[in-house]
Amino acid sequence: MRRREFCIGAFSALPLLRAAPGWAEQARLNFSELYEGGSVLGLKYTQRLLSLKDKTVAMKGFMAPPLKAEADFFVLTREPVSLCPFCSTDAEWPTDIVVIYLKRAMPPMRFSDQLEVTGRLEIGSKTDLETGFVSQIRLVESQVVRA
Amino acid sequence: MSFRSLLLAGACAFAAFPAASPAAAQTIYPIDNAAILVGSMFDLKVEFAGLANPAATRVTINGVDHAQLFGKAAGFIEKEDGKDQSAVLLRDVAITTPGKYVVRATDGTNAKEVTWEVYDTPERMAKNVILFIGDGMTLAHRTAARMLAKGITEGKFHGRLSFDRFPYTALVSTSGVESIVTDSANSAHAYTTGHKSSNNALGVYAARNANTLDHPKVETLGSLAKRVGDMAVGVVTNTEIEDATPASMVAHTRRRSDYDDIVRMFLDAKPDVMMGGGAANFLPKSTPGSRRKDEVDYIAKFKEAGYVVATDDAEMKAAGAASPAKLLGLFNLGNMDGALDRRFLKGGTVKRFPNQPDLTDQVKVALQLLSRNEKGFMLMVESGMIDKYTHSLDMERAVYDTILLDNAVKAAMDWVGDRNDTLIIVVADHSHPIGIVGTVNDDMSGPAPTGSLRDKVGVYEKAGFPNYPKPDAEGYPDRVDVSRRLAIFSAGYPDYYETFRPKLDNPNVPTSAGPAPSTYVANEAYAKSPGALLLTGTLPNSVNADVHSAEDVILSAIGPGAEQFRGSIDNTDVFRYIVNALALGRKK
Repeated sequence: MRRREFCIGAFSALPLLRAAPGWAEQARLNFSELYEGGSVLGLKYTQRLLSLKDKTVAMKGFMAPPLKAEADFFVLTREPVSLCPFCSTDAEWPTDIVVIYLKRAMPPMRFSDQLEVTGRLEIGSKTDLETGFVSQIRLVESQVVRA
Repeated sequence: MSFRSLLLAGACAFAAFPAASPAAAQTIYPIDNAAILVGSMFDLKVEFAGLANPAATRVTINGVDHAQLFGKAAGFIEKEDGKDQSAVLLRDVAITTPGKYVVRATDGTNAKEVTWEVYDTPERMAKNVILFIGDGMTLAHRTAARMLAKGITEGKFHGRLSFDRFPYTALVSTSGVESIVTDSANSAHAYTTGHKSSNNALGVYAARNANTLDHPKVETLGSLAKRVGDMAVGVVTNTEIEDATPASMVAHTRRRSDYDDIVRMFLDAKPDVMMGGGAANFLPKSTPGSRRKDEVDYIAKFKEAGYVVATDDAEMKAAGAASPAKLLGLFNLGNMDGALDRRFLKGGTVKRFPNQPDLTDQVKVALQLLSRNEKGFMLMVESGMIDKYTHSLDMERAVYDTILLDNAVKAAMDWVGDRNDTLIIVVADHSHPIGIVGTVNDDMSGPAPTGSLRDKVGVYEKAGFPNYPKPDAEGYPDRVDVSRRLAIFSAGYPDYYETFRPKLDNPNVPTSAGPAPSTYVANEAYAKSPGALLLTGTLPNSVNADVHSAEDVILSAIGPGAEQFRGSIDNTDVFRYIVNALALGRKK
């Protein structure tokens, strides 16, 4: 029990961010709307996803543990991840992930808290220059609040 | 198997070396007490603790220079990986005469000796071997599967699992070189090479090489069956095909997660039949769903190599009927979904990949294709999700995949029929610390409840019997959310919410990442499950799931050569008895 109390204590020091007015009007994108089609030889982007390309969208999800404490880059997942694929050689990322590039670097949020991320939607394979991480779907210039 | 080092042309006796090397003894691979199949390939490596002088370095076998035995001399690596450490390396050697071999390595100051046993094989007993691995399958899984699939009244089961009826049973010890507790790489490696290794290693001894692909190799069963036996080779799983157990048939790497490399090793080895999940590492990285780090299209490469590629149940069955030279079945980007999700709950990735085949049908198609080879076949079949669901404390899914294994074994038994030409082995690769402690009984009345379903765990006579519905023809009850269900708990677990209920939507995810790097906390998603109880883990908070445990596992065997499996044996003996049955020690 002591360990859990410690985690909550450590995170209570973080300022609780609130959604800025107007964000709710952004198009909302759900994790279920990223890919369609059941071929194991490659997933297909949904029409809905493609229609939002380069637009500002909002997504709800969970922060996967980032590479470093103060990061401008993290992975948003549908469910809280129980593995840290960056830390463990055996862990794998789920298929449905979105890479978030932040407007400003931030310390990690609590990984079990649902977050709302708003950013400009980028689609297509891209390899992060610093980490080599390959992503298909990204939100760039993003801002993050607790959902 | 190339290496960059100075090849010493026959020169193996060297003069004394200035005392630059520390007193620590050298390490010799294969290690002491290694049992080596006669004629099987391996790499000889000696690691010196510090810099050694090639002129003083000497490696002898039974008192004779190693070059005389192997017909070629080892290379001397002065500064391995750029560090002040020397090594002697000789790739791809074999010993063709059985016996005891004492290997002595000296740098002129320190000497170290190891002893190898090189063993022959008797007359061939079996034409084919099918090695079923229930990954992480414990006695608890096996008993629970029997309860659900066969039923039990007044203490007597109404039937037995297919492999319960096998005539030979053995206890298999599973510990590895560096630890009492093994992982699925190290344990599968023991079954497929006959050598002990270390966790995360496949087809190699865990030496000190920086590059995971450079470690000293030993030959795999997949290679031996083809090279020595001219046999067909099949690898069938419901996990990712690159995962440790199936990969152990072909792979050589210190790091089991080298998935991109393991795909290449599969292509190099060319098993006749490969089926499982894990398509993500076959797709170029720009393809959505890929997990590769490069743009190589391995689907195209396998097709070029003569494989027909099947991506769902219908394509697999059509391929079976068309009888292609080689079959690559990839049915999910990641692990395939287990029986409970595929057949009943539709959780996991079933909605995305609704037409994944059943392991039973994978086995049937594999047998159809492999049995064309007149010289026989070596088939590994893994029911691999038993382990993964047990890690995530999702006991219903683990038990359903044990029933899946029962059905897959039955399919093989049906295929064998009355013939006596096929050795079938069913074994786990390692254990989990789980047990059936009784039932969770929603209808139990009793003392003032604590508010958690803990008060409704029936033990001893209060456990009674579970009330799962009568199973279907394949042994699966159509519901797991019954009022009196099995209470299966782990003794090695992280902080998590015990809900005392099956997870009906998706497989359990007991933990989520904690605030400190590489730590885990209970997944709050289950906090609100009625009757849930937050358990403080028995393991460090760097562990996110149930863990493997060091107990022996049970092996069941039937068919020619099965009589070798009895009493208490080592996991490397499983390899030995397989190569005995197939006489793979014979000269090619």
